[in-house]
Amino acid sequence: MLEPVNVLMAGVGGQGTILASKVLAGAAEKAGYDLKVSEVHGMAQRGGSVVTQVRLGEKVHSPLIGEKTADIILAFEKLEGLRLLPFLKPGGTMIINDQEIPPAPVLAGAVEYPAGIIAHIRAVAPDTVVVDALGLAAACGNARAANVVLLGALARRLPVGEELWQESLAAQVPARLLEVNRAAFAAGYGL
Amino acid sequence: MKELLSGNAAIARGAFEAGVTVAAAYPGTPSTEILEHFARYPGVYAEWAPNEKVALEVGIGASLAGARVLVAMKHVGVNVAADPLFTLAYTGVNGGLVLVSADDPGMHSSQNEQDNRNYARFAKIPLLEPADSREARDMVGLALDISERFDTPVMLRTTTRIAHAQSFVELKEPQPVVLRPYQKDARKYLMVPGYARPRRAVLAGRLLELEQYTESGPVNFIEWRERQVGIITGGVCYQYVREVLPQASVLKLGMSHPFPRNLVREFASGVGNLYVVEELDPFIEEQVRMLGIHVKGREIIPGIGELDPVLVARHFVAAGVPAVLAGEEVTEAAAGATAGLPEAPAAPARPPVLCPGCPHRGLFYVLRRLKLMVTGDIGCYTLAGLPPLEAMDSCICMGASIGAAHGAEKASLERHGHTVAVIGDSTFFHSGITGLLNMVYNGGGGTVVIVDNRTTAMTGHQPHPGTGTTLMGCPAPAVDLEMLARALGVKRVKVVDPLDLRRVEEVMREEVAAPETSLVIARRSCVLLTRPAGPPAWVRADACKGCRSCIRLGCPALSLRDVEAASGGTPPGKDGKSASKKVAVVDQLTCTGCGLCVQVCKNGALQRGEDNVGTG
Repeated sequence: MLEPVNVLMAGVGGQGTILASKVLAGAAEKAGYDLKVSEVHGMAQRGGSVVTQVRLGEKVHSPLIGEKTADIILAFEKLEGLRLLPFLKPGGTMIINDQEIPPAPVLAGAVEYPAGIIAHIRAVAPDTVVVDALGLAAACGNARAANVVLLGALARRLPVGEELWQESLAAQVPARLLEVNRAAFAAGYGL
Repeated sequence: MKELLSGNAAIARGAFEAGVTVAAAYPGTPSTEILEHFARYPGVYAEWAPNEKVALEVGIGASLAGARVLVAMKHVGVNVAADPLFTLAYTGVNGGLVLVSADDPGMHSSQNEQDNRNYARFAKIPLLEPADSREARDMVGLALDISERFDTPVMLRTTTRIAHAQSFVELKEPQPVVLRPYQKDARKYLMVPGYARPRRAVLAGRLLELEQYTESGPVNFIEWRERQVGIITGGVCYQYVREVLPQASVLKLGMSHPFPRNLVREFASGVGNLYVVEELDPFIEEQVRMLGIHVKGREIIPGIGELDPVLVARHFVAAGVPAVLAGEEVTEAAAGATAGLPEAPAAPARPPVLCPGCPHRGLFYVLRRLKLMVTGDIGCYTLAGLPPLEAMDSCICMGASIGAAHGAEKASLERHGHTVAVIGDSTFFHSGITGLLNMVYNGGGGTVVIVDNRTTAMTGHQPHPGTGTTLMGCPAPAVDLEMLARALGVKRVKVVDPLDLRRVEEVMREEVAAPETSLVIARRSCVLLTRPAGPPAWVRADACKGCRSCIRLGCPALSLRDVEAASGGTPPGKDGKSASKKVAVVDQLTCTGCGLCVQVCKNGALQRGEDNVGTG
């Protein structure tokens, strides 16, 4: 029996992690997997860290994973990638967006945004993919599709066929934005 | 057809399928989406009540009239609804009534993590606990069947990881709606002492019947596997156990009150070592112990915060029981090893913050400046108590701000003129009105500020009695706060725009000094509702002295940067050329142009967007 694949998505409110997790869930459902998706709502959403956990497999029990059990972490922001690094399992994959969004304590000047995040993550997780998602999305015509670039990079590393991703993307994205999102997905898928 | 549903969506679906036609709630994380989903089904009625007590009372009336009813709230909401709940247990129901309590272990979005399973025992009503969305859907129907069969309200208790986790549910057709006939029966529903005493005996008899039912009911069952380790568990913890102890025998309790004593005895006698896995209070464990059965629970798993599979695995490994994670057996060494890894850079926290343009910011900035003692309340504005604003002294529960301010003044005359209660509009309707009434009645000289942002913002912008609309999208009379306050006897009522700092300060100085109760309404719509597209503020870098006055507003659109970096922003004046000077920078994408930073800047460096004569 296939052990569930554990995916963590981490970002900051407004970065489109929810849409990404919906496309992932849709594709995994089409592939016939059992599925659990877990998020936290409420106070945490006001500019705080946003984490979505997605587990897919033949049979998934727990909606939550714990430390050192994520197969793949998809980090929409560098600091959030660093924060969730303890959840990555040894040998796991970190896909990280090369973008900094300073949190309130940094804006207030109380602390510095940490330097050397990517170097540290690479040292812990050799299989780290750094993505310039904003740049790639802008090149596709819309920087707001950065989340779909990241999703593309995740898609190639999951046991779900590309055509199912495309179907799911089409179901979640408004028709007028589908073309740019398909381009963004392809840009990520090639990484 | 199967659908991926959150626990909350599944509960709404279950209610629809089971013929519920009336539902009432007050929004509260993690329960809010239940009513939002339910209200979209055809042929149903759903409403936001001003608080959970009223919601349950509406439910009681609907049940009396013969409808099947769902009432939903977060865990602390049950405290508010406890008064009708305890007596509803005496009267019983006509149409089935299920009360959903959504608990929040780990306090993701709550002020405490009370374990509401205790309420079921306390109120002497049956308790169901689903372990995923399918069970959540199924258990709504089961709860209603139990409710009608045994003539009792039933509690369906979820936790955050049930409410907000999505899993597959096979949808069913809704069953026909049946309205039970109403018959007047004062001895059952009119709880005066003479009628309540016999109902107390009925309640005891009903519990005995439910004790029989719970032994053989469909939601308590044993899964026999290897007999060395036996686990009693329920709710989301069942999933963690299946994940990390796949070979263990499990007694899954979908109904842990009344407690299935014989089933527990049978299970305990069939396993070598018996454990309980549950979050928060040792609710199951203590009932097992009362049977004289040796069991380990809190001894190996702490009762604070929420669990996850890795935590459960670690605690079992530490107790000498091998566990499995991601298909591999975990040894003690692997369960906690971090040795050999390079030291990570410290990750600054990313706490939730007031949004750019949030009208609350202006008011709290002034309250902090005036060094007032601020008794606070529950809502987005509670975030103003965190750095850098730090403009709130206390936050206890919905509505507590007003009573607390009044009490502080009564304790010490010195507090007069230095104390203010701050409460949101939705929270004021929830349970602030009585506090204000009390302050006026008892001669309080306190000042109450209603931060009236025209919505229930924190839980996702639900309408309330002040907004002029309902959950079902119908127009409704909007409460006039000024008139309401005057009717309560408040003579001093002032309305201010919280973004007008000078006026807010003037009014606050006047009102806290006034000898009688005063009400200030700081009125401006939530910035997420109005999404103002005002031109963003900008910085004259040569005028900025890096004094940090604006930074103390705690606006996420403001930061101090080295001037080289700052020139990447949009100060349209000449770029500062002196080396390593820190200046304020306004994020042009997130700034809403609210103008607060322009008002606090003493150096004329921050400028309103409309004054931007540069190239942009």
